[in-house]
Amino acid sequence: MRKREILIRAEEETDPRYGKPPSERSIEELLETGVINLDKPVGPSSHEVTAWIKKILPVKKIAHAGTLEPSTRGVGLS
Amino acid sequence: MKLHADVGDRKLRAVLKEFQGPIYQRPPLRSAVKRVVRVRRIYKIDLLEREGRYVLLRIWCEAGTYIRKLCHDIGEVLGVGAHMYELRRIRAGSLSERVNASTLQDIIDSYVLWKEHGIEDYIRKVILPMEIAIEHVPKVVIRDSAVDAICHGAPLAVPGILHVETGIKVNDIVAILTQKGELVAIGKARMRSEEMVSSRKGIAVKTMQVFMSPGTYPSLWKRKQ
Repeated sequence: MRKREILIRAEEETDPRYGKPPSERSIEELLETGVINLDKPVGPSSHEVTAWIKKILPVKKIAHAGTLEPSTRGVGLS
Repeated sequence: MKLHADVGDRKLRAVLKEFQGPIYQRPPLRSAVKRVVRVRRIYKIDLLEREGRYVLLRIWCEAGTYIRKLCHDIGEVLGVGAHMYELRRIRAGSLSERVNASTLQDIIDSYVLWKEHGIEDYIRKVILPMEIAIEHVPKVVIRDSAVDAICHGAPLAVPGILHVETGIKVNDIVAILTQKGELVAIGKARMRSEEMVSSRKGIAVKTMQVFMSPGTYPSLWKRKQ
């Protein structure tokens, strides 16, 4: 991957009262907005596996990105 | 890949080399996208192993490359025919099979450990912050005061920008982040990186998909009474 540098337009402090770094999210929050890098078993389709995960985890919405036959791909929960 | 007839090593290597670089592909009959010929870049093909007609390849390619099609086409050029025998995606962006992949069993186990025993460590390795999926996307970091407008779908104007990664061109997909590293939205660049820094006003990024809930940051923009 290409190495990118950062250009500074302005500097400002962020207000700690709003938002939080991604690493500080609770499990409940991760269940709403996280992603899983799933090592998909050979056989079922990406679509089927996505439906199974919905049965395992208490998530309202789930989707997958990068459809493949017998391989790896990421599943997004949102 | 499985070859349909015997092929010498030298010929195979020569043909594999021909497939590195830009190639034309028409998506297969059963595909999720419009069937028009498109160009995909094959960055590199490594011949890892071969045993008779079975060939193990490692392919670095652009998103949207049909590997089944690629194997078929390699077979055509070899003149013997070939088909994809097995496929495994080993990496997509920063998601790789070695670093952060989980199996279905990992999902169940880590969920039960958290739900019934309150152990968080395992499920945190399975459910990753969404920001991991945009690690390869160029980033624009914005002021707290610009966040909520973007959450409501507004485009990003230049004054809201703090930092910009280099190399952004017009129409590139970029990620809009807070200073805390949270993904706010994905958008399409309307300026190059340098212009985002040097311009005094104007639209820098057109918002395409919002990921942060409105109200996470305060709304400080002017409301019409």
